[in-house]
Amino acid sequence: MENFPILSFITFLPILGMILILFVPKKQEILIKWLTLLVTGVQLVTAGFIWRYYNYALGGINNLNTFQFIERFRWIDISGLTWLGNVKVDYLLGIDGLSAPMVFLTALITFIATLSSWNISKSIKGYFALFLLLDTGMFGVFVSLDFFLFYIFWELMLLPMYFLIGIWGGVRREYAAIKFFIYTLFGSVFMLLVMIGLYFSTTETLANGSKIFTFNIIAMMDPKNFTATGILSPFNPNNLRLVAFIALFVGFAIKIPMFPFHTWLPDAHVEAPTAISVILAGVLLKMGTYGILRISYPVFPEITHQLAWYIALFGMINIIYGALCAMAQKDYKKIIAYSSVSHMGYVLLGMSALNSAGFSGAILQMFNHGTITAMLFLGVGVIYDRAHTRGVDDFGGIANQMPIYTGFTTLAFFAAIGLPGLSGFVSESFVFLGSFSVPSIRVISIVSTLGILLGAGYMLWTFQRIYLGELKEKWNKLPDLSFREYAMLVPLALVIVALGIYPSAMLNLMNSSVNALTDFMNNAQKLYSLVGKY
Amino acid sequence: MNEITLTNLSIVILFLPLIGFFFTLLFGKRIKKMYAFEILVICSVFALTVVLAFFKLTQFVNARIISEFTWIDIKNSAILPNISIDLGIMLDNLTVLLMFVVALVSMLVHIFSLVYMKGDKRFNRYYAYLGLFTFSMNGIVFTHNILMMYIFWELVGVSSYLLIGFWYEKKSASDASKKAFLVTRVGDVGMFAGILLLFVTYHTFTFDKIFAQISAGVLPFNSGFWLTITGLLIFCGAVGKSAQFPLHVWLPDAMEGPTPVSALIHAATMVAAGVYLVARVFAMLTADALLVIAIIGAISAFIPATIALTQKDIKKVLAYSTISQLGYMIMAMGVGAFSYAFFHLITHAFFKACLFLGSGSVILGMHHEQDITKMGGLRKKMPLTYATFLIATLAISGVPLTSGFLSKDGILAGTLAFSKLTGYWVFPVVGYFVAALTAFYMFRLVIITFHGEPNDKEKFEHVHESPYSMVIPLVVLSTLSIFIWYTPNPISADAGWFLPKWVHTPATIVPNFARFDFMKSFAKPGEIKKEDNTKAIVSVVNNDIIPTRTTIITEQPAQEGQEEIIHSESYTETFHSYHYPAILLSILVGGFGILMAFVIYHWKKISADKLANALKPLYNFSYHKWYFDELYDYTFIWLTMFLSKILYWFDANIVDGIVNGSAVVVRFASRFSAKFDSIVVDGFVNLLAYISGFIGIFFRKLQTGKVQTYVIYVVFSLVILLFLFKSF
Repeated sequence: MENFPILSFITFLPILGMILILFVPKKQEILIKWLTLLVTGVQLVTAGFIWRYYNYALGGINNLNTFQFIERFRWIDISGLTWLGNVKVDYLLGIDGLSAPMVFLTALITFIATLSSWNISKSIKGYFALFLLLDTGMFGVFVSLDFFLFYIFWELMLLPMYFLIGIWGGVRREYAAIKFFIYTLFGSVFMLLVMIGLYFSTTETLANGSKIFTFNIIAMMDPKNFTATGILSPFNPNNLRLVAFIALFVGFAIKIPMFPFHTWLPDAHVEAPTAISVILAGVLLKMGTYGILRISYPVFPEITHQLAWYIALFGMINIIYGALCAMAQKDYKKIIAYSSVSHMGYVLLGMSALNSAGFSGAILQMFNHGTITAMLFLGVGVIYDRAHTRGVDDFGGIANQMPIYTGFTTLAFFAAIGLPGLSGFVSESFVFLGSFSVPSIRVISIVSTLGILLGAGYMLWTFQRIYLGELKEKWNKLPDLSFREYAMLVPLALVIVALGIYPSAMLNLMNSSVNALTDFMNNAQKLYSLVGKY
Repeated sequence: MNEITLTNLSIVILFLPLIGFFFTLLFGKRIKKMYAFEILVICSVFALTVVLAFFKLTQFVNARIISEFTWIDIKNSAILPNISIDLGIMLDNLTVLLMFVVALVSMLVHIFSLVYMKGDKRFNRYYAYLGLFTFSMNGIVFTHNILMMYIFWELVGVSSYLLIGFWYEKKSASDASKKAFLVTRVGDVGMFAGILLLFVTYHTFTFDKIFAQISAGVLPFNSGFWLTITGLLIFCGAVGKSAQFPLHVWLPDAMEGPTPVSALIHAATMVAAGVYLVARVFAMLTADALLVIAIIGAISAFIPATIALTQKDIKKVLAYSTISQLGYMIMAMGVGAFSYAFFHLITHAFFKACLFLGSGSVILGMHHEQDITKMGGLRKKMPLTYATFLIATLAISGVPLTSGFLSKDGILAGTLAFSKLTGYWVFPVVGYFVAALTAFYMFRLVIITFHGEPNDKEKFEHVHESPYSMVIPLVVLSTLSIFIWYTPNPISADAGWFLPKWVHTPATIVPNFARFDFMKSFAKPGEIKKEDNTKAIVSVVNNDIIPTRTTIITEQPAQEGQEEIIHSESYTETFHSYHYPAILLSILVGGFGILMAFVIYHWKKISADKLANALKPLYNFSYHKWYFDELYDYTFIWLTMFLSKILYWFDANIVDGIVNGSAVVVRFASRFSAKFDSIVVDGFVNLLAYISGFIGIFFRKLQTGKVQTYVIYVVFSLVILLFLFKSF
């Protein structure tokens, strides 16, 4: 167990599966599906192993020695480029309490999304091949600790996602896919610029004592590693760190999505097939906030402190604006899409608090939003598969026709509303506890509590229009859940209830990292304020 | 029987209904008689509660038993002190008394519903929801910290949502359930903000630890003002749940739910949770907070009482009377009549449950007719329902020998004492006015429904007395509306066991400057307070069965013969001096209300219609419930919907417009650059090519291949060269 490269295994297993699928004849549709399910199933089991062997005491964040399951070797090694010097890029993987929950989430969501993909009918081989490619990209982002590698995985996701929406999507799929693609690419450009800027500002000391530039994210967190003249080095009096932070933040904010960069989301969600919506909301949105916590925050801690108030403000806007926009929708999927905007606002609000309650709340909310929204989108998918419409007003009285399905959606709806006993409540409470503790964003925090009310408003209204009331004649033949649909919904429901009753299961896991991050952010501020005197 | 056994017992009581809910919901589809399991559960809960209450109130009457465990522990954080959240239960006398009420009413409602809900297609589901409700309500009652209270607070909200909307095929039912959830949530948001304030200040949710710090002088933002705000924010939760003004609008609509549910949730237990919440935080309420609470209570007692005068739906009348009575309790809390507020909570739970179940019996007898103008003369057909309904009506009207008389008089004496000490005479005025109104509209209800001649002969023919499983709960509840259970002396509750032994007013812990003047004479900081005539002995015990920390706090009761001091000595004195005047006045006022009801509706000396016509504007105002629904519809709801539409328009057209617009701009730029490329750049290149081509053509023309032409060129060139070189 000691030396098994478990992170590489979980990341690249889908590529292996993809290659296998490419060799399977097109006609063997069942085989392709089961193969994908096997791959994602093995990933889920592997994630279980990671959990089993995860050491809760180690913090990670800015100390490579306290990361776990580390894999490191020299990946690119070009020496002798005269003006560039030696280019050395590490293949560096590792997880801490910040990425571990995301790894578990991704494993769970992909497995369920595979089940949900079962009724895809158009060119199955291509779909599942791309699906597995996407799978690799997602895991890669969460486990890589080298910016170069991170960026590659980040871009790797883009391509399959583009095709999955653009080919297997709804009526306006091409528009949605292009919009998604270009929007994300737009963010990536910023990220690339910042990455290169950071590369030329950070050095790593080699064994022979010489210093070379590095993409290592951990190294970028230590001010000692910055060069004296680098454009993003705090030692450089004319540094562009503020601009870089904002650029990088925008790159990540597009993914969250943060107002005003959120409009790709409703389109992408509405057009994407159910499974892809589930992945999009369940995993992809988390990459934005994960990226901020993993890179933006610890690499630019002094800027983070400067701008925390604005991050909180945008969190508040997301919460309230998203909720109000959701209220105006008539398309079931769009309602859930805007509710994602609203719920991701809690993550922003939590992380802007820069204290342990806020960080715990933010990370837990990332996980919980993943499971809850996945369940909501599955709920939309179940009814859309049967009725072929998503218009909220087309329905009514589904509760009578499909009582078990309604039971599951009720759970998901109440979890989204933040009902105590279900997971969403704990994370939202922590977000508020954290943000309210900080005097400067206290008012923002209080205004954001309106989101609790508005959230209940649009959710219950939607619920009433779809599930309650008199059953419409045309829907009286809809069958209740099938076995496959049980298999998708039950695990999510169990996770939501379990984390609602015993949130410590997740909180303890990330506790050390949250504290490491909190301590780092606050010590680093002092450190950087000294640096500023140079 | 020791303290540990008691806590374990109460944990069993807490979770049994959850098990009932779970199994009944899960197997309700397959097993037709699954509801029997839930009934078994609730009966065991009741039996266990009786055991618990008996031992607690006899052997451990002065003990407060707290049993807690750490739910969430975020360790070693640098910014905040460790965030450690404990959940746990607290057993004191209030807990077991309310627990008894909840278990009893819940059990009676379970039994009553057997017939009332018979034949419903979701019969098992109904019982499952009742189980969920009982569990959530138990949680509120047992909790030792404010977070857990909030957790269960929301859970009762959900069970209330599910039960109000139980017949969700009706639009009105699903509307009502949504409204109930959202309106109470408005209050809950305030409560949540209050909890945040508490946590940020005290870093704990546990009542005891918060109170200990307040009495040590730690205040939110170091100011008494913010302590007031915190108290009021917490009180917002009570305003929502207990349907107090201005959030009272959901309760009348909640009558869309099945009638037994209205009896259990929207009359006896859940709506009283707000009063219980105020009771739990009573010690930390400042003078300003108490005054606001009293004002809200008085308004909530008054407005619904005026509305109930004109309503025609039997359940609506009862609903408004519930709000009014809850307002009474809240007002009583505000004026410091703590123990009587709590007493009224319990007596009200019994007689109001009796009234609601009685109305259920009537509604079933009338084949789901709720309009009282279509009833009349029912006492002949439904004698038992009538008798029990009448007893409960006497109780709510405050007629002597009933439980309501005892509790109501305590409250009125409290308002009198309060006004004497502070000068706010409005509270007793409102109190007595509402008492008269209550007696009037309740007897109006009884007379129109049960007396006189039947208004709908055809329906009347088919009316029959309800079966025993419905009547027995009525009999039990009406029996509990008689004084004897609470005190042997029918005019003074102080003589009994209930108030002097079991319910003590918590001594205030707010700093001196934040108190009422009449309470200031006591307790300089650090001194042992005179009101604090109890000294606590704390002991910690380990629980071997359930891994919790159990703390037992034993308070020394007042010495034999020494009178218990409520609030402050002067308050106690004034209170007692007003006891008999309060009783006399109350009998007069109540009697007047009853008399008027008989004059108008029974003897018909004054025509009700003429009176209504003479006071048309007032009548309409009351009949339309003071237009609160319309007001909220045209303000808050309209504003929210308007905002949501505007913002979505902004989103789709401006924000997305910019995105799509920039795409258009880029496309335009690309087309432009393509044109530029093909016309200018490429044009230049082509121009060069053209020019060179042209030159080529020119020179090609010269190359004819004929020797004669070349000779001419050579000669011509030589001539030019000669001319050129000639000049040198």
